[in-house]
Amino acid sequence: MAAPERKIPAPEANPETRPFWDAAAEGRLLIKKCVTCGQVHFYPRAICPFCGSDKTEWVTASGRGTVYSYSVMRRVPIPYALAYVTLEEGVTMMTNIVDGDLDAIRIGQRVTVAFKPSEDGPPVPMFRPM
Amino acid sequence: MTIKGKAYIAGIYEHPTRKADDKSLAQLHAESARGALEDAGLTRKDVDGYFCAGDAPGLGGLSMADYMGLELRHMDTTETGGSSYVIHVAHAAEAIVAGKCNVALITLAGRPRAEGMATGTAPRNYGASPDAAFEYPFGPTVVNQYAMAAMRHMHEFGTTSAQLAWIKVAASHHAQHNPHAMLREVVTVDDVVNSPIISDPLHRLDCCVISDGGGAIVVVKPEIAKSLERPRVKVIGAGEAPKHQMGGKVDLTYTGAVWSGPAAFAEAGVTPADIKYVSIYDSFTITVLITLEDLGFAGKGQGGKLVADGNLISGAGKLPFNTDGGGLCNNHPANRGGLTKVVEAVRQLRGEAHPEVQVKSCDVALAHGTGGSLATRHGSATLIMERE
Repeated sequence: MAAPERKIPAPEANPETRPFWDAAAEGRLLIKKCVTCGQVHFYPRAICPFCGSDKTEWVTASGRGTVYSYSVMRRVPIPYALAYVTLEEGVTMMTNIVDGDLDAIRIGQRVTVAFKPSEDGPPVPMFRPM
Repeated sequence: MTIKGKAYIAGIYEHPTRKADDKSLAQLHAESARGALEDAGLTRKDVDGYFCAGDAPGLGGLSMADYMGLELRHMDTTETGGSSYVIHVAHAAEAIVAGKCNVALITLAGRPRAEGMATGTAPRNYGASPDAAFEYPFGPTVVNQYAMAAMRHMHEFGTTSAQLAWIKVAASHHAQHNPHAMLREVVTVDDVVNSPIISDPLHRLDCCVISDGGGAIVVVKPEIAKSLERPRVKVIGAGEAPKHQMGGKVDLTYTGAVWSGPAAFAEAGVTPADIKYVSIYDSFTITVLITLEDLGFAGKGQGGKLVADGNLISGAGKLPFNTDGGGLCNNHPANRGGLTKVVEAVRQLRGEAHPEVQVKSCDVALAHGTGGSLATRHGSATLIMERE
């Protein structure tokens, strides 16, 4: 019998972030890039946090990255790994490391995006070992 | 404009309760306020400025002014989590310099134990916060976020769990002398590293206590301080700064103290070498270690060596810290430890700390608050005070 899975609260989309969640439903990870300064940022915003420009555009990320840091939460019924993953595009995002041995996770480990269902919401971008 | 020497901390109070089943939140604020005003030798009628943060009930400052019957001409409800009250002291000093008030009252209170709150282990949904959808589904809690900072620090600098444990060991050595402390038993490095893991790499004894209670501080203008009976403690420097994920350029190895610290030292005209006692926000052991590096008490990555071998124990080490037992052993009222950090620093400067932990010739002290999370976004606040 499979182990019980942690329930994932549904992310709330808003007018500013809806394209991210629409793409997530199609299995694509989007990040925002500033047309004015050329930098990518995360979490996605309409206004670039680096230069203040309102000329930002959605770009599809590779979905590949490395573990920047992580922590396995033990004191809950279903342990899970909170993590920051740095994408190949350069931004670091909060996520979970899934589909592997929690004790084998290491900083610097290569991971790839794995969208997982949320409760009554769009799937959310988690990562699994490559 | 500077606040250096232009405002004094005239009254302090730490509520003795650690579990307040029989008291309301507003009552805890008001009892704390009364305690600090009595300590100063002032009354409610003298207060013309009031400061509180997100722990105050209802409409915050308005509700508490109503409850306590305060007649005010200045209010400030700056909210930076547990560091708010360190910032409030600085803002009170600024308001006094600007002539906006003469007697500023700062209060804090909370009942997380009475309310059965899973403070460290339950994810908190901040609702409309712009980051919520990109974080909350992944289960960020207080403890696992700080744990990620610890994990990265260990990876980059070789910091060990045993080094972190020394911070708790030092706090426990101090707490044994504090009759109000929740945890008075002296612990060893082995006790800490053998306690259960809550979230890797943080053990149960790397985490602060959860306590009900509160506290208050009274800040006054110099003329009033000189008319009072209490030993005089003046504010000589302050700094505040937020730190966040920087648009995705996340770096968990440092805190906003890299900005708030230098600002406070520059205003005070002192250096870390001049500081005789430090109160450092200790939500977790890692919070203390990173903060001490960022404030300049150790080089980046060298915090583990600084805190090891009892160096933070008053009377034994070179950098006595949190001599009340801190949040790790004594008290973390409302899950917000900034106010009690200022309170113990003032006790040290007055010479009113417990004799077993009182720092000799304690003339300059520093209190530092960290509110929010080291991993995502937090408010850092540094305050430097001098005995007159």
